[in-house]
Amino acid sequence: MDPLIIEESIKTPSITFNPGTGTLEIKGKSIPENSLEFYKPVFEWLDAYSKSPAPNTEVHIRLDYFNTSSSKCLLDIFRRLEPANSGGSSSVKVHWFYESDDEDMMEAGDDYQALVKLPFTLIKV
Amino acid sequence: MANLNIYELFRRMEAEDIILSFKGDITQDLLSSVYQIMEARLDSEREEPKRKKKFYHILVECLQNVYHHMVDLKEEHGAEAMESTAIFMIGYGPDNSYRIVTGNFISVDYIEGLRTKLEHINKLSPEELKAEYLQQLSTTELSEKGGAGLGLIDMARKSGQKLDFDFYHVSDTHSFFSLGVTVH
Repeated sequence: MDPLIIEESIKTPSITFNPGTGTLEIKGKSIPENSLEFYKPVFEWLDAYSKSPAPNTEVHIRLDYFNTSSSKCLLDIFRRLEPANSGGSSSVKVHWFYESDDEDMMEAGDDYQALVKLPFTLIKV
Repeated sequence: MANLNIYELFRRMEAEDIILSFKGDITQDLLSSVYQIMEARLDSEREEPKRKKKFYHILVECLQNVYHHMVDLKEEHGAEAMESTAIFMIGYGPDNSYRIVTGNFISVDYIEGLRTKLEHINKLSPEELKAEYLQQLSTTELSEKGGAGLGLIDMARKSGQKLDFDFYHVSDTHSFFSLGVTVH
């Protein structure tokens, strides 16, 4: 399958999903009014990817800000990856990056960790 | 605006410490501009990054809250109707705080529900707000337009302040709803 590459914009993050290496990166800010519109192709790509995922999927979340509309979409992204980490031949790890003074972003990573069945590493940058 | 005294309006806005105000149709392009203007403004004032992030985050939720209501009202009444117009003001509050105040029309049918929700949010402790946020995040579906129903909880949680609100009588069918958030 093809990689998914979306350029960063004022209100949306860059998306760099490489199916060969299993590296999925979301970077920038995510504050679109309608997050579903932006994340729909991301969901579709993940649905296809999760049918035959790379042996080791590494998710890198490097977000400065995200709005509540996007918070729901992030949860949906993680949930779509749960089957690829349910004891079969593939695994998924989430690396959640936050700036050292950004307690809110650290807490957000912690929140997702509690809601999702994927291993999270919170990384201070 | 035949009788408008613009100097008086200017002085009033100065006295109220208003940085930016807008009345009219709330569009995605408008919001992009407002975010950029406010970001530049906070940078020029050398606001500390942590506080800047907090303000920016709450600003986005406040304005998008109004935006989503406006989309609904436009569908209901048409883009030209009075109900499709809203107002917001961004300025300074007491003790070096920022204030964000929004005002928009709502159907009177929503007043009680909204009042109940806001009164409930204002009673919650930080821990309870977090629990409520996680509960909503994991159980509710996004609306077709991307509304998560989390905006008010998030504003209260991130600001650490009570949300102040009011409903002004307009007509038998509509009320004018104001929402204010202080960011310390």
